Amino acid sequence: MAKVEITVNGKATSANVEDRTLLVDYLRETRNLTGTHVGCDTSQCGACVVHVDGKAVKSCTMLAAQASGSDVKTIEGVAGNGALHPMQEAFHQNHGLQCGFCTPGMIMAGIDMVNRLGPKLDEKIIRAELEGNICRCTGYHNIVKSIAAGAKEMGKGMKKAAQ
Amino acid sequence: MYDTNYHRAKDAADAGKKLRACDDGMYLSGGMTLLPTMKQRLAAPSDLIDLTYIKDMNKIEVKGKEVTIGATATHAEVATHAKLAKVCPSLAGLAAHIGDPHVRNRGTIGGSIANNDPAADYPSAMLALGATIITNKRKMKAEKFFTGMFDTALAEDEFVKAVSFMAPKRGAYAKFPNPASRYAMAGVYVADHGKGDVRVGVTGASQGGVYRPKDMEKALSKSFEPGSLEGCKVDEGDMLSDIHGSSAYRANLVKVMAKRAVVAAAG
Ligand SMILES: Cc1cc2nc3c(=O)[nH]c(=O)nc-3n(C[C@H](O)[C@H](O)[C@H](O)COP(=O)(O)OP(=O)(O)OC[C@H]3O[C@@H](n4cnc5c(N)ncnc54)[C@H](O)[C@@H]3O)c2cc1C
Ligand code: FES
Ligand code: FES
Repeated sequence: MAKVEITVNGKATSANVEDRTLLVDYLRETRNLTGTHVGCDTSQCGACVVHVDGKAVKSCTMLAAQASGSDVKTIEGVAGNGALHPMQEAFHQNHGLQCGFCTPGMIMAGIDMVNRLGPKLDEKIIRAELEGNICRCTGYHNIVKSIAAGAKEMGKGMKKAAQ
Repeated sequence: MYDTNYHRAKDAADAGKKLRACDDGMYLSGGMTLLPTMKQRLAAPSDLIDLTYIKDMNKIEVKGKEVTIGATATHAEVATHAKLAKVCPSLAGLAAHIGDPHVRNRGTIGGSIANNDPAADYPSAMLALGATIITNKRKMKAEKFFTGMFDTALAEDEFVKAVSFMAPKRGAYAKFPNPASRYAMAGVYVADHGKGDVRVGVTGASQGGVYRPKDMEKALSKSFEPGSLEGCKVDEGDMLSDIHGSSAYRANLVKVMAKRAVVAAAG
């Protein structure tokens, strides 16, 4: 058994888990945060994307023990002050989902894109950056639109914060 | 996944000691290959020794043309290192196109070359750049290190600490990715080291894993232009053949990718 101590969405958590426990299972089963999904067993679909120390990773391909000592952000942690995160709001406004299964991973990937590349994202960049996120419903058009719109909104927020 | 025991190595000596102390242990870096394999129950190490918490083993150093990349540097770190991108843009570009952004945030150069997947990108670069592979026990040239598909010269308790090389005068990597997995169907790294020393590394295509096509190197050393490759022969019999592409297709693809790499390198 491994003792893991992980800050999840700003809250310190700890538990004794089997060493083979995947981070996604720690989040879903131990912490009851079921927004992070599992869509494949080949590390390809991205439904499980969370941020570990600020970086987007596939939580199905990381052990909870590897993440011990880290700061983890999940889809449950992105909204604040009673309002959706701009990226969530953009998916809502642009109909960026159908069944919604891929959506948590898409939003976490979208936020990561803006964190790395800034708020000005064109369609080509967004499509290339979505390499690790698969959607079986939408055909991606509205996801791309949503991320572009969410990025723009995040940019406004960044500007305000800078002033 | 079968049961396993997770350990963190404090330093290089501790890593070797921990591995030797267990039954059937394996080193773990980004886990982007090993963990999916364990999830499929195709690997069942009794213990995992995590190398990524060893201090400074992910350091990238560029001194003039001399480049050293620590084994636990992630693909994202290699792709975005400003000094490296200046002296060796072809390697930074290669790293930027491995898998997807989330894989690049975890996967490491040490894990990639130690795994020596016949379709992995980095091994071709190591051959073309004439890299030296530095382990916890010795230094060896990339040619000595890669010994065949999924095979390296690493001993049981040996691990990659860093790779080092001199940045070439010019170079480029051209990859034809499998549209589903993004792994190379054929990837060719061309590096012109000047004074008629051109080296070529081919990945993704050959049954024997990554290799240097000597005739292409000779032709390009004489004249660094795509036309020089016209007379070169890629033996179909040596190529992989699977549902993604026949050996004839791959043999042709190697030549096409080599030409594209030369065009890109010549700028
Ligand atoms: C969806 C997806 C797409 C991918 N696409 C590509 C691609 O396009 N191109 C490509 O090249 N790769 C691709 N990969 C593989 C990826 O680059 C891996 O990160 C890499 O092959 C292994 O590195 P790692 O650090 O994750 O190693 P791990 O998975 O941690 O380890 C791999 C193997 O190497 C051993 N090992 C690890 N570190 C060391 C070390 N320092 N010394 C000795 N042995 C060590 C381990 O014991 C294990 O046997 C992809 C992976 C995924 C999941
Ligand atoms: S569940 Fe993690 S990539 Fe599919
Ligand atoms: S909305 Fe159904 S998988 Fe993307």
